Amino acid sequence: MTPDEARAILLEELSNIAPEWDPAEIDPAEDIREAMDIDSMDVLNLVIALHKRTGVDIPESDYVKMITIEGAVAYLTAKSGG
Amino acid sequence: MPSLGSDMEAGTLVEWLKRPGENLRRGDVVAVVETQKGAIEIEIFQDGILEEYLVDIGQTVPVGTPLARVRGPGEAAAAVEEAPRAVAEPVATPLPMPVAPAPSALKAAVTGMPASPAARQAAAERGLDLAGLSGSGPGGSVVLADVEAAAPVAAQVPRKAGGLDLDGMRKAIAAAMSRSKREIPHYYLSHDIDLAAATSWLERTNAAREPAERLLMGALFLKAVALALTKHKAFNGFYGDGGFTPSEAVHVGAAVSIRGGGLVAPAIHDTDQLDLDAIMAKMRDLVARVRAGTLRSSELADPTVTVSSLGERGVEGMYSIIYPPQVAILGIGKVRERPWIVEGEVAPRPLVTMTLAGDHRVSDGHRGTLLLNEIDRLLQEPEAL
Repeated sequence: MTPDEARAILLEELSNIAPEWDPAEIDPAEDIREAMDIDSMDVLNLVIALHKRTGVDIPESDYVKMITIEGAVAYLTAKSGG
Repeated sequence: MPSLGSDMEAGTLVEWLKRPGENLRRGDVVAVVETQKGAIEIEIFQDGILEEYLVDIGQTVPVGTPLARVRGPGEAAAAVEEAPRAVAEPVATPLPMPVAPAPSALKAAVTGMPASPAARQAAAERGLDLAGLSGSGPGGSVVLADVEAAAPVAAQVPRKAGGLDLDGMRKAIAAAMSRSKREIPHYYLSHDIDLAAATSWLERTNAAREPAERLLMGALFLKAVALALTKHKAFNGFYGDGGFTPSEAVHVGAAVSIRGGGLVAPAIHDTDQLDLDAIMAKMRDLVARVRAGTLRSSELADPTVTVSSLGERGVEGMYSIIYPPQVAILGIGKVRERPWIVEGEVAPRPLVTMTLAGDHRVSDGHRGTLLLNEIDRLLQEPEAL
């Protein structure tokens, strides 16, 4: 998965979870939980959706790496073998 | 029109899902009603036959207004109000399904006030009653200019999120909480709970699970609270005109916040009987449906107690206001690492502050202490939850 592919999937799933926001307008370095008012249930639903879409295994201990858009893109790219 | 919580005064019928003549079973969804909390599916609480609609689609009626006539098993048709005909007609004749009229025609029928379609729409957007306006159009009908003159600010369109009317919800919350603070003598207790056992159990459990099967700490909180309430009954039930009636069933209302403001606390029925996976599935389902504005009437009307959890971005503690006619609400702060004394040594531990707001007409601080201590004890043995 290229970073662009990872970003496209991430933004699509983020907008499913928080349709009130346009994730393309969120600062990629900002904590999405703050920027998009996302709670732990939303984070879990995001992880479930990303796991389903990409097959990437995201253990609970790695959730902290997923809390910014740029962090999540880097994580998904690396874990999918780039 | 059922009461879907003490903060509801009226509802608008938007859809019938059963036709006159149809057999109804307890729990069937018969209609959809629009409230500030979204489009609520109304369930029937008895078996019977739908005999007649009493409210039209589009009508807004106060809580307590009968929506339809239902004949119970073995009852004569229309026995309640039309006894003479009932004898002659043992089986109710099905009525044709009403076709939803165009909104403008409907409003005319409701208000009886002649008005142009643009005026009706503008009045509806502003929440104005056409009957209260003076018309300058032909035959005294209300035209758009009359509406604009009565309410010049066009910014009064309610903010919507999904099917939710956020401004209406804020007003409803204000009304319910004001009533609570006026009528309920609250007392507050606070207790810090060491979650080391629960946290490590949860980490071990989730490490072996696919994401879709993982649990959140919130599920453990709900189960522990529900189990504790089965022993401490003075916090689970309703306070009405005749005083407090404890509930045998524990239906925990789990507060779900809505982006953009507002919250709803729908019931997880029989929380004490469910395992953690089932509670987790219910939480996931309720969060999705609260935000989409598609709850069921029993979920809004049935909570016997409320649990409000701030989640990982919260603060340490929260002192909540009881949601009448309930008599208790538990507030759960964020889990955070703090120095704690464990066996005489200072050690970092994950702690959560749990607060109880209790109704002094029903219980006192001593009993509240026992409840919080019981919840603490249950959370020390997460594998038993």
